[in-house]
Amino acid sequence: MKYLLSVYCIGVFSFLSYMQQEKPLKQSILDGEEIYQDFCLQCHLDNGKGVENAFPPLAKSDYLQNNIEASIRGVKYGLRGEITVNGKTYNGVMVNQGLDEEEIADVMNYILNSWGNKTEGQITVAQVLEVQKQ
Amino acid sequence: MKKFTFSIVLCSLFFSSCAQDHGPKIQDELGPKYIYETVVDGIDIPWGMTFISETEMLVTEKSGILYHVLDGVKSEISGLPEIYVRGQGGLLDITIAPDFETSKVIFFTASSSDGEAAGGHTALYRAELEGTSLQKLKQLYKGEGNTKKGQHWGSRISFDAEGHLYFSIGDRGNREVNPQDTTRDGGKIYRLNQDGSIPTDNPFYYEKGSKQAIYSYGHRNPQGMLTHPVTGAIWVHEHGPRGGDEINVIGAGKNYGWPTITYGINYSGTPITSDTDLPGLEQPLYYWLPSIAPSGMAFSTSDNYPKWKGNLLVGSLKFEYLERLVIEDNKVKERHKVLEGVGRIRNIKQGPDGLLYLGVEGKGILKIIPQPPLN
Repeated sequence: MKYLLSVYCIGVFSFLSYMQQEKPLKQSILDGEEIYQDFCLQCHLDNGKGVENAFPPLAKSDYLQNNIEASIRGVKYGLRGEITVNGKTYNGVMVNQGLDEEEIADVMNYILNSWGNKTEGQITVAQVLEVQKQ
Repeated sequence: MKKFTFSIVLCSLFFSSCAQDHGPKIQDELGPKYIYETVVDGIDIPWGMTFISETEMLVTEKSGILYHVLDGVKSEISGLPEIYVRGQGGLLDITIAPDFETSKVIFFTASSSDGEAAGGHTALYRAELEGTSLQKLKQLYKGEGNTKKGQHWGSRISFDAEGHLYFSIGDRGNREVNPQDTTRDGGKIYRLNQDGSIPTDNPFYYEKGSKQAIYSYGHRNPQGMLTHPVTGAIWVHEHGPRGGDEINVIGAGKNYGWPTITYGINYSGTPITSDTDLPGLEQPLYYWLPSIAPSGMAFSTSDNYPKWKGNLLVGSLKFEYLERLVIEDNKVKERHKVLEGVGRIRNIKQGPDGLLYLGVEGKGILKIIPQPPLN
């Protein structure tokens, strides 16, 4: 009985860790590019430069680099109101795109590693799960 | 160096000659400066609106809320189906039935994940409005071939004089497969009876394998539709890729060419096709270069804005102005930008009072004040 129980526990544990296993950063960036092309590009453009006075840049954006959690929150729940990006003020609305946690992690990894952006480490699904609405 | 200068000259000649071929340039609105007044606020994306009376309207919020608005005060309507909010999808257009006064029937479009495959497609619903709740909700049509793509759901609704209902679905982000294939949904204008049945005189009704509800095809992403106040024809505008937004007058069984012909290119700058005109494919009444990202359209037919009478008004999401087009003999003669900087215009309607109402993202519903103001 004890034996069965421990086999069961090990089984559950390995299933859970399998579920939570993060995909390699390289793959996440590739998947994120696809999400970006589909959901983000119309406003933030192919080059991540955005549109002056309307959509803030993601390329070399100080806001993004300094507010990664807020950026994840923005993608997850939407973002509204005034933000300052590279010295310019934007006051728009970005609506929630209906992406799941894995898609959000992927697109963040793509954005944080494109157009000259460089970021240490990797945004994980767990990290996205933790971010709550404010 | 010489060669380089020469090619610059050649290039600019080429581009300027292209620009000259293409209709009137947009100009600033002269004369009285139009202003607006907020009628309903606190709606992020007012996607669709329909008037019940001068003081009462229904407004959809893309995220999946339907509002009843009375004298500017909004209350939420219950009884919506489950809505698959993803990318450009969500709760979309809404209209009352032509016989609403007695039937209380409304129609609306929304993104739906119904069906076995993952993802979603555009669906058309009918319901009866009872106070602030929807009764007898029925899904009249749903595009098949669910996809997790976020783009191009359409969608707008309109009626012809005989009461047929027309609505649009965009190509669902799969241009190589959907728009040119009448056995598939997406990239189409559909025509139904108001009970959801399919008129037997639809162009593909007897064509084996085709979707019988299809009225026209080869569309990219139509987000503007109306019934012409004089001719009764169905007019549609659609988003092009980079460049090549179009106005089309819809005919039964016609192919509007996407993506076989287009005046646009890919967002990345690479070409889609070198063809802009091929036999058997319809030419647009007008195309925009560059794209304005058109959403919503209305004819101004009242005397409230005398200079605008008979003109077509189209919202621009991209340039955040209202475009006024003077059209004669199905040709665009003049283009004017009105209310520059007003915000991303999602929708425009002429109310029963003859005034023009805009749905603007982040703002809500705005009313354009006539100049000089009416008393």
